[in-house]
Amino acid sequence: MTHAIEVRNVYREFQQRSAAGRVRSAVHAVDGVTFSLAAGNVLGIVGESGCGKSTLARLILGLLPPSSGEALVDGRSLAHMDRRERARLIQPVFQDPFASLNPRQRVRDIVGLPLASQGDLTKRQQTDRIMEMLARVGISTEMADRFPGQLSGGQRQRVAIARALVLHPRIVVCDEPTSALDVSVQAQILNLLSDLRRELGLTYLFISHNLAVVEHIATEVAVMYLGRFVEHAPTQDLFRRPMHPYTQALLASVLTPEPALGIPDVGLGDAYPDPTDIPLGCRFHPRCPKALSECRTLVPDNIRKDGRLVECLLAAST
Amino acid sequence: MAPVLSIANLRVSFPRMEAVRGVSLTLRGGETHCLVGESGCGKSISALSVMNLLPRSAVRSADHIRFHEHDLLAMSERQMAWLRGDKIAMIFQEPMTSLNPAYTIGSQMAEVLERHRRASRRQALDRAAELLARVGITAPGMRLAQYPHQLSGGLRQRMMIATALMCDPEVLIADEPTTALDVTVQSQVLRLLRKLQQEMGLALLLITHDFGIVARMAEHVSVMYAGEVVESGPVEQIIKAPTHPYTRGLLNCIPVPGMTKPGEPLGSIPGGVPHIGRGFLGCGFRERCPMAARECAEPVHLHDAGEDHFYRCRLPPDWKLDASP
Repeated sequence: MTHAIEVRNVYREFQQRSAAGRVRSAVHAVDGVTFSLAAGNVLGIVGESGCGKSTLARLILGLLPPSSGEALVDGRSLAHMDRRERARLIQPVFQDPFASLNPRQRVRDIVGLPLASQGDLTKRQQTDRIMEMLARVGISTEMADRFPGQLSGGQRQRVAIARALVLHPRIVVCDEPTSALDVSVQAQILNLLSDLRRELGLTYLFISHNLAVVEHIATEVAVMYLGRFVEHAPTQDLFRRPMHPYTQALLASVLTPEPALGIPDVGLGDAYPDPTDIPLGCRFHPRCPKALSECRTLVPDNIRKDGRLVECLLAAST
Repeated sequence: MAPVLSIANLRVSFPRMEAVRGVSLTLRGGETHCLVGESGCGKSISALSVMNLLPRSAVRSADHIRFHEHDLLAMSERQMAWLRGDKIAMIFQEPMTSLNPAYTIGSQMAEVLERHRRASRRQALDRAAELLARVGITAPGMRLAQYPHQLSGGLRQRMMIATALMCDPEVLIADEPTTALDVTVQSQVLRLLRKLQQEMGLALLLITHDFGIVARMAEHVSVMYAGEVVESGPVEQIIKAPTHPYTRGLLNCIPVPGMTKPGEPLGSIPGGVPHIGRGFLGCGFRERCPMAARECAEPVHLHDAGEDHFYRCRLPPDWKLDASP
């Protein structure tokens, strides 16, 4: 069986330039990621800002070429695919529906643009598809002639989802699709995405900084730190027994509405991850509350067991 | 204990909308009071009204806004400027937008003390270094000479907290202080706020959209919706027995790790926040409420659920959602 997404040892660096235009340092945004995602599954990717999760999304969408390694979608390399073909296969939904929709186009034209650029349907067929998709995401017919400025944040994100799905792609990359929304609306959008996946048999790559949100939608979760997957496991296993100290810290930082608990001390200290200066040894060791002296020099191997991956010396010994 | 800050029946209107519709709250020394609600519910506008920092198009009225026995409504702009950043300090969501990128950390921090206390630059910088150390910033001397862009988001927010503390305020208003930060850094900043508040006996008015933060930080909470406080009370009480349909709905929407059953939808509230124009009457939540009735279009009074717990809804405190819709 071909995987919906297969990423093999992908690296992506950016050159950071000084004001004079000289190359100052290299940012290792994605630093050797390997994974495969079976069709119909949802991979949630979590990590702090700057961990490389959005860069990874752009590599998979074919919006950026990798520095090395390859990303295959539906068994094929995006580099060898033409844009129209790619658009029929994989589509993005971005974080900010205020920035991702053209404010001067009507909703029906925004949703219809992917169809128009494919150029294989009559106007009539296009309209039918647009209306069908808008109904599916819960946007009423009379809203089709409005402009994004006349819609709420939740409605805009529904429009962005309709645009992503109008070509019936098989894979959708959602990059923080609910982060700009209010909690009550976030829940609506998460439920909508879950329903659509079931009804249309979609595969999602779902990026978020919030572990609690990911648990709701993902079938498997990868935790990313400074450009690498430090833990990757089926959702239930990861939440029941987080193995990497970083995953444990992320989980401890989720503030649930339980009054007596107070604010947890996640024990990460003051060191801040810097992708231009990745520490030797385990990249997480300067912040790790459980670091051993070996962690400063030894790069942890990928440990795979029980269908999960952990990159930590401690996990190797247990 | 007498309240440090007390607001009664605050109303703020803009030319085309009513942003705050009769908000009352009191804040005591050493207490954390959370104002929670979604975007556009009027929580930030309420806070800015206390500081008299509203945009020019806004009209503010209230029965009173008092800091101890001083009526802030009667104060001149000059007097307010003296109080602001001194006895009442405020920090905002995104520290980068409240800092001047062209000045060093040290000069921006020192300015507060120079203006309010006529301190010398030397004294002011010493105090700044002392406070940076207190908020957990290492090598404060070096930081003072740096510019805001050289600091990470978490460090910038700590620096904002330190700046707010320069004049030993009695009231600290924090408007979404951790929303722009990563979750791991959020915990650190909140722990710091809690610690400083206890050490200094600060009255903290914490504005947030996150009920998780409310639960972990507040003694008292006011839930806002469409310009009104729809429910208020001790935090344990509100979380254990939320009464207003909005509060119940909001608590249901929050994903809690480990509580998810595969395939089960998350609780959500249909629709979105309404636009409240001139002359709007009745409950602002009625369009999204599963229990709405005709009488919800009339003004709703505050009901007492006992133990300092109040809510603004026609329903009895122990109402249940009818299983058959």
